[in-house]
Amino acid sequence: MTEHNRVGELQQSLAGAGYIADRALAATLLLFTELQRPLLLEGDAGVGKTEVARVLSDVFACPLIRLQCYEGLDVNSSVYEWNYQHQLLAIKLLERGEVSPDSAEQHIFSQKYLLERPLLRAITQPDSPVLLIDEIDRADEEFEAYLLELLSDFQISVPELGTITARSRPYVILTSNGTRELSDALRRRCLYHYLEYPDFDKELSIIHARVPEIGPQLARQVVAFVQELRKQDLRKKPGVAEALDWVAALLNLRVTGLAEDPQAVVDSLVCLLKTREDRAAIHEPLLERLIAQAV
Amino acid sequence: MNATPTNLATSIQSRLVGFVRMARFNDFRVGVAEEIDTQRVAALCGVDDVQRLRWGLRALLCNNQDDWERFDELFDAYWRPGNVRQRIQEQPRAATLRKPSQDAGSASGNANQPAASEADEPGYDEGDNAAPTGVRSGASAFERMAGADFRQLVDDGQMRELERLAEQLARHMRRRLIRRQKVQRHGRRIDLRHTFRASLRYGGTPLELVFRHRYRRPPRLLLIVDVSRSMSLYSNVFLRFARGIVNAFQEASAFAYHTTLVPITEALRQSDPIRMRTSLALISQGWSGGTRIGECLEKFNRDYRRLLTSRTLVMIVSDGLDTGEPALLARQLADIRQQCRKLVWLSPLLGREGYEIKTASMLAALPHIDVLAPAHNLQSLLALEDTLSSL
Repeated sequence: MTEHNRVGELQQSLAGAGYIADRALAATLLLFTELQRPLLLEGDAGVGKTEVARVLSDVFACPLIRLQCYEGLDVNSSVYEWNYQHQLLAIKLLERGEVSPDSAEQHIFSQKYLLERPLLRAITQPDSPVLLIDEIDRADEEFEAYLLELLSDFQISVPELGTITARSRPYVILTSNGTRELSDALRRRCLYHYLEYPDFDKELSIIHARVPEIGPQLARQVVAFVQELRKQDLRKKPGVAEALDWVAALLNLRVTGLAEDPQAVVDSLVCLLKTREDRAAIHEPLLERLIAQAV
Repeated sequence: MNATPTNLATSIQSRLVGFVRMARFNDFRVGVAEEIDTQRVAALCGVDDVQRLRWGLRALLCNNQDDWERFDELFDAYWRPGNVRQRIQEQPRAATLRKPSQDAGSASGNANQPAASEADEPGYDEGDNAAPTGVRSGASAFERMAGADFRQLVDDGQMRELERLAEQLARHMRRRLIRRQKVQRHGRRIDLRHTFRASLRYGGTPLELVFRHRYRRPPRLLLIVDVSRSMSLYSNVFLRFARGIVNAFQEASAFAYHTTLVPITEALRQSDPIRMRTSLALISQGWSGGTRIGECLEKFNRDYRRLLTSRTLVMIVSDGLDTGEPALLARQLADIRQQCRKLVWLSPLLGREGYEIKTASMLAALPHIDVLAPAHNLQSLLALEDTLSSL
């Protein structure tokens, strides 16, 4: 009973922070906070994977630390680096005073000269932050292996300083777009949730939550249109983010209904269709049919 | 009074253990840590709320989209008996089958001679596990067979040997590729900016030189194998080759096509050859039909484009005998080429004497291909390494 309520509660507080989650996702997130395992989110681009991390940090009122992965990401830009300029300055200054070499060395290799990069910052926070490791599939295998070690021990060793153990366990969220298959070891260690495109009702409430000034009629039409558009044979299906962009564009053009102003719809399609082929695929008659269906 | 709840708890615990076991049989990758966590999940979610338990276990046990989609069926089959039990329990049979074949492997493995019908698997296990003997026999066998056209090997034993060699070749390829790239690491020009940056940590003395030409990463390989009827003499060899590739290169992926395109990476990654065969058989219904390269590549472009990066090397293995429309094929190839590093077309026909490219589809494809190479024997597969390392 109480469990049941807690899922609902979390769902509500997520909604309060502007994120409409279905019960299944809320249940996963509740489990995620309780088990303290990393969570791997997969799903098409634009379904709101990154948003989950942002909204969790809002709900828990804790900082969000984000690490954007890319090819060639290394320890220097993800974990720590020494602040060489400051160290050199310090050495010059120390040369004048009478400080023993030992203590000088200790001084220049102290926390003061350590530049914290996202991963180190995440484990040195006094309270658990949300650590978002975005698009982990873009990083190299080597980095993935390193991450695996970090995620199991939550400690980082800096040769000159020693081992830094986590003061609090961050809530780790990983997202992946599937450009590369992740290692089984990493997958096994994580909780997994696959985010789908939202259904009609969910998308409608997302739009109402994000753009409160939209009229109920236009919102309904927009959602119907976008849902239908996703069923078309497109190279890049519009995500929720695109739908929100489109709503903003329509409001800017002062459109009150799709049928009233078809030209504005055509003009603003750039928000939804992101390749030349897709733009060509949605030709005039098809567009008219889509609008007619949505209205 | 006291005994009842504990009894209940133990019975639920053992039910959970049973569920995890069943998930494992169905190819979910579940470690011991996850198994322990299932108990925690059950305690947290409460077993009285089926939906909550389902979501909890799903998040814990699933590893990818495929698992995600299969999970509900599995869950219902186990926790709600009388539903769909039969379909799910088919697979454990494959797992139990495994034992006899492995025994057979150790028994006939030393004989090193492909015996009766099941001899395929022993040869396999040998190549994978018992490295020393397997590799040596492979080396001499390689020379013996290197020049033979795949289609001339009609003998079953030779065929299997060949398949095994093709797979081994792919595995070795990775090692050699990486070694070559390490050699390249030195030399070339010094990158002054980075050298100065690196010298800061030594007080301005450039102890660490940074070179312009740095470690080059191995390409991502993507194989698209034609398994249509016209390729039937070759497709087994190439599937084994593909298996070697996806097992050696973590970032590799493979597809098979005839009239439609299917991803086979996961199936090839199965360590158990029997299971691999079963899953290939499952996704291959209707194999060896006609060929529709254009449509298949269109499907690829629609659903799997994300696999293409500037580091991807696409290899299409096909004889180019196509019943589809040449213009469509050309368009799709142009599209793929735009997104990838290099597009290689391997054709087994190219090795035949007197073969000329005459089919409309092949002519249409030509302008969009970076490298057109023969692939009719082991030597030609070996020559691929140069293509790969020249990237």
